[in-house]
Amino acid sequence: MDHRPQAWGRPRDDVYGAYDYSYLQSGGPKQMTQSPVVTGTSVIGIKFKDGVILAADNLASYGSLARFTDVKRLRVFLGTSVVGFGGDVSDMQYLDRHLNELAIDESYEGGGAQEEHGEKGKLNAANLHTYLHKLMYRRRNDFDPLWNQVLVAGLDAAGKPHLSSVDLRGTAFTSPSLATGFGAALAQPIMRKYAATEEDAARLTRDQAVKVVQDCMKVLYYRDARSLDKYSIAVVTKDGVELKEDEQLEKQSWAFAEQIRGYGTQTV
Amino acid sequence: MAMFSQNPLMNGPNYSFSDAPKTSAPEGSREHRFDPYTDNGGSTLAIAGADFAIMAGDTRLTSGYSINSRHHPKVFKIGGTTADQHDATIVLSVVGFAADGEALKERLDSICKMYRYRHGKPMSVKACAQRLSTILYQKRFFPYYAYAILGGLDEAGKGAVYSYDPVGSYEREQCRAGGAAASLIMPFLDNQVNFKNQYVPGSGEGHALQERERRPLSRNEVEILVKDAFDGAVERHIEVGDGLQMMVITSNGVEEILLPLKKD
Amino acid sequence: MPGFDFSNYNRNAALHARGVPLPKATSTGTTIVGCIFEGGVVIAADTRATSGPIVADKNCEKLHYISPNIWCAGAGTAADTEFTTALISSQLELHSLSTGRKPRVVTCMTMLKQHLFRYQGHIGAYLVVAGVDPTGTHLFTVHAHGSTDKLPYVTMGSGSLAAMSVFETQWKPQLTQDEAVALCSEAIQSGIFNDLGSGSNVDVAIITDKKTTLKRNYIKPNERVPKLKSYIFKRGTTAVLNEKIIRKEDLGNFVSVHELAVEETGDKMEVDA
Repeated sequence: MDHRPQAWGRPRDDVYGAYDYSYLQSGGPKQMTQSPVVTGTSVIGIKFKDGVILAADNLASYGSLARFTDVKRLRVFLGTSVVGFGGDVSDMQYLDRHLNELAIDESYEGGGAQEEHGEKGKLNAANLHTYLHKLMYRRRNDFDPLWNQVLVAGLDAAGKPHLSSVDLRGTAFTSPSLATGFGAALAQPIMRKYAATEEDAARLTRDQAVKVVQDCMKVLYYRDARSLDKYSIAVVTKDGVELKEDEQLEKQSWAFAEQIRGYGTQTV
Repeated sequence: MAMFSQNPLMNGPNYSFSDAPKTSAPEGSREHRFDPYTDNGGSTLAIAGADFAIMAGDTRLTSGYSINSRHHPKVFKIGGTTADQHDATIVLSVVGFAADGEALKERLDSICKMYRYRHGKPMSVKACAQRLSTILYQKRFFPYYAYAILGGLDEAGKGAVYSYDPVGSYEREQCRAGGAAASLIMPFLDNQVNFKNQYVPGSGEGHALQERERRPLSRNEVEILVKDAFDGAVERHIEVGDGLQMMVITSNGVEEILLPLKKD
Repeated sequence: MPGFDFSNYNRNAALHARGVPLPKATSTGTTIVGCIFEGGVVIAADTRATSGPIVADKNCEKLHYISPNIWCAGAGTAADTEFTTALISSQLELHSLSTGRKPRVVTCMTMLKQHLFRYQGHIGAYLVVAGVDPTGTHLFTVHAHGSTDKLPYVTMGSGSLAAMSVFETQWKPQLTQDEAVALCSEAIQSGIFNDLGSGSNVDVAIITDKKTTLKRNYIKPNERVPKLKSYIFKRGTTAVLNEKIIRKEDLGNFVSVHELAVEETGDKMEVDA
């Protein structure tokens, strides 16, 4: 056997001929994001009576390595909307920078309109969602996707709570509760119990909604191997955004683990 | 024994190597390539009547085994003067890849709006149908992965339904089902709308039997067929469910009806 | 030779290489769960079986009998869960007969894992094994590759995450029987409504040291809505292209018919001593 680790797992030269390394060179004209590298896991969001709550943990993973443990994945837009990012962190930072530029431009240009129509002159969450939808769909058409699934939270033009999602293919949809990644499998069932319909969501109080989101974040920490017990939570209402970026999961229960003995026939 | 030899040529099953199962991707392709398409499930249905047309679709949006949204419309009013489409006369349904469907809808809608602005009258369904075909074919080599159905009233006031494949081949039809449960619904429609395989009892022997005569269905009959078709599809297709959205196009405008479907 | 017949392997591999698709097996897309309570164990399952995106069976049974005091919930390839549980059930009964003892859950679990490990995951059976035996109450999961787990509450199948979200928010130690049944059925319903692979009804089995209670269709949250119209056709609507009547007396021309005299001698086959 060849003892050089470089040769392990490669087709044997004596059987298949010399290994063709040419694919490793970037032959094409331009390399684009072909797969995510540093990633954030789930983002979850739920509507309630007066607004929307968004939450995401503070971890950025590098494969299975918990690489950065204080990454803020909820970003405020114009003080009125919040975007939660799942997926590639570098693409998230690009989008964040892009949205900040947009927000500055809007604040300059829309200044007069804001004075006249109050807050309505600004881009609201529904507008932001449309913008991100078009941006992401354009990038997928160029075969240069931004490897994210994002949730947009805020209020629409009528002042009603708005929660929507856009993914790397430009698929956009809304629902009373939404979750990306693992959250779609683990957190959505919990949130749907409390906000199955828009009417149910419109009956939820802020405190109830926060409790549901905290429960979901705990379940995600229990069962998602790429998650963290430090998380950010944003509450968006007509009064603006309350963003807390250094929350800690409370009342975790690991006591049952003490009772477990082995995985089969073991008893001690 | 050959089974345990170190020579790979002696280990394989005894068929020629040119027939070996292709385990890896074709040569030159990278392992992790971006796939710009997904299937978001769901089903649509359209039936034309004598002086009306009904377009319908379920409202579930799926990806894989999970439900993205229980209320994501697939049927849209097209070419009204405003964003709320209150004076629209044409309806489009799209199913397949939701993002492409959305993009296609917005393309067609803006074209219809421009036509209305320039000519001072709404586009006819016939013209709109031809234009939709052109839009789809323009993207022949990077298609909109969407099965579209267009519905409205023709120049004579008769119900019109046009169905499309993703690259723009189209045809005017009496009825059409699209999407995930199309293969479940279409035979039902053939039998119940066009009376296929139905003969007049006692009218002859074997092939000499007289076919049951086709008659235009009333709006109420069509609504019942649509509801029953979807209740059936929900039972047997996992990607269909949650809600049924119906648009009834008559000379009085477009009426929208929302009904619940099973949620499992 | 006992075991599987591989004689078509080479032919099938060659056909597959030429583009013939593999036959599609019915899978029980499934949510299955189990939960221990004070004095016993509950297992539960949904009742949808799928073949791709099509519902193959709207009310199938995924709770399998192993022995009176041991039951199994199965996910994965329908045929594999069916035959594997039947095979182990049979072996366990013979084992129980030869030892003269009640079958134990660990025995069942060990036989299942050794059987599945031998086939390296090709037998696609994912099982929740539960039971009460003289050594106590037990709950295991067994994966197709042969690994096992022993936990106070377990979920498996495509709806396992939806079901687990219920356990992770509501489970507590020392549940009563009623609480455990309610928790398991809620977990299954979470799978039914959130996972497309799961659907229809909830089946529950409660095993205690006294007895086993199988509650088939314990909850039916998805009754079929009645059709709005009758689709009964008038007799004669379907074209008859060809008609041929064979009378009973002419039947001998097509198959060989032997009338057997019913003997009343009482020397019937001995079924059991």
